[in-house]
Amino acid sequence: MSPVPKRVEADRIAWRPSASLETLRRRSRLLSDLRRFFLSKGIQEVETPACSVAATSDPALESLQTVFTGPGAPAGKRLYLHTSPEFAMKRLLCAGCGSIFQICKVFRNGELGSMHAPEFTLLEWYRLGIDHHRLMDEVAELIRTVLPDSVHEQRFSYRELFLHHIGIDPLVAPVDALRHAAGACGIGGLDKLQLEDRDAWLDLLMTHCIEPALGTGMCFVYDYPASQASLARIRPGTPPLAERFELYLDGVELANGFHELNDGAEQRRRFQAELRYRRRRGLPAVPLDERFLSALDSGGLPDCAGVALGVDRLLMGMVGAQHIDQVLAFPPGLA
Amino acid sequence: MASYSTSEFKGGLKIMLDGDPCSIIENEFVKPGKGQAFNRVKIRNLKSGRVIERTFRSGESVEGADVLEVSLQYLYNDGEFWHFMDPQSFEQYSADANAVGDASLWLKDQDSCNVTLWNGAPLSVEAPNFVVLTITETDPGLKGDTSGGGGKPATLETGAVVRVPLFVQTGEAIKVDTRTGSYVSRAKEG
Repeated sequence: MSPVPKRVEADRIAWRPSASLETLRRRSRLLSDLRRFFLSKGIQEVETPACSVAATSDPALESLQTVFTGPGAPAGKRLYLHTSPEFAMKRLLCAGCGSIFQICKVFRNGELGSMHAPEFTLLEWYRLGIDHHRLMDEVAELIRTVLPDSVHEQRFSYRELFLHHIGIDPLVAPVDALRHAAGACGIGGLDKLQLEDRDAWLDLLMTHCIEPALGTGMCFVYDYPASQASLARIRPGTPPLAERFELYLDGVELANGFHELNDGAEQRRRFQAELRYRRRRGLPAVPLDERFLSALDSGGLPDCAGVALGVDRLLMGMVGAQHIDQVLAFPPGLA
Repeated sequence: MASYSTSEFKGGLKIMLDGDPCSIIENEFVKPGKGQAFNRVKIRNLKSGRVIERTFRSGESVEGADVLEVSLQYLYNDGEFWHFMDPQSFEQYSADANAVGDASLWLKDQDSCNVTLWNGAPLSVEAPNFVVLTITETDPGLKGDTSGGGGKPATLETGAVVRVPLFVQTGEAIKVDTRTGSYVSRAKEG
């Protein structure tokens, strides 16, 4: 047997980055461009903890967990890794810090694919005194500073989007009509598909039928069904609508924003409804963030809008990557 | 048979779908930031060969398919079934025309080929990529022609018809690529 050259021997265990060095340089430039964008507007950068004793109750998100052992916790204390820095950043807003931004790693268990990594980089910012429409303007402005000015922009309400693409009114259509529309756009296996609620059917149509048809450029979608309000204000009306928006870039979900709910009692009711939903579906119970709720109860959250934007997906759009691994130095399989 | 959750989905996994054994070709995780997660999967039905797309709710489980790929030796055809043998265990298997499909054109006794077994019975038979077969009938070619340009049809011992160069004659053994059904060369002597 001939001896294995040293280089080949060393490469038997994959250690090289999956993103090209050029893409990693683009990432570095993007991060500094993002910071410059906010700092030039006088918006303060903040850092909040990645680990907390509380977790999000959103049934669509599963927090990763770790254990701290040490002073005050000899037997170990369970900590949840944040899925977004929202609760802590809102506590800073309640404390009167003014408009803020943060760029940080967030963690979501169970999410892995060409567009998902269980840890990824989020840009989150909050602007005082504006609603979700004005924040969409600022998101578009930010996208244009990192992508060519010419990038095409469209805005549709959630209802308009569904009516335009699949001829269904998402605010009133019953589940049977949603299932029928899913069949009409060729989704396979519908007879076996057991979905818990109407919103899951809307998610199916959004991801399978509408997203692929969005085309290139920016597409903002706003005014979501109240059942998908999350932490957004609900505007009364018939039907009431959530003052929430999403940005799609080239058909890929890139950002999610709210005209922020600042009613502590209403926020607690939504969290408790999510906990009940978790119980019904056999999902793990999680401790609510009482410090966040207490901050809201103090009445201190100013009128504001906030948005979270996936930095890795933005970079994918900038370099034309098809898989998130192409923009990460060391994706989950190499970490 | 075990069942598999969507987190175990990957290319090559064999699962049961609508009573048919299938093989996963491609698995895509799809999830809105604040919504339901799905697995959008491309699947080959191993019985029909058809490729379909299926969407599963992430976390769902599906029954696995008892599918095995083995290398078997072809023995003979009794008019209805093609008979194979496992050269290690000497266990015999019979496959019907449905399972053998186009491979029947290339099967020669003693040749070994890949057979997909489902619940222990042949589901599909794949001929070896290259086989050596004897020409049973072809028009005599022109003397001295070695170019192979144009060619002529030749019937092989299995009944398959392939185009061969003019210089190849009845009684000769030739090598054939079964994936394209095309002549490769004269078989080497010995």
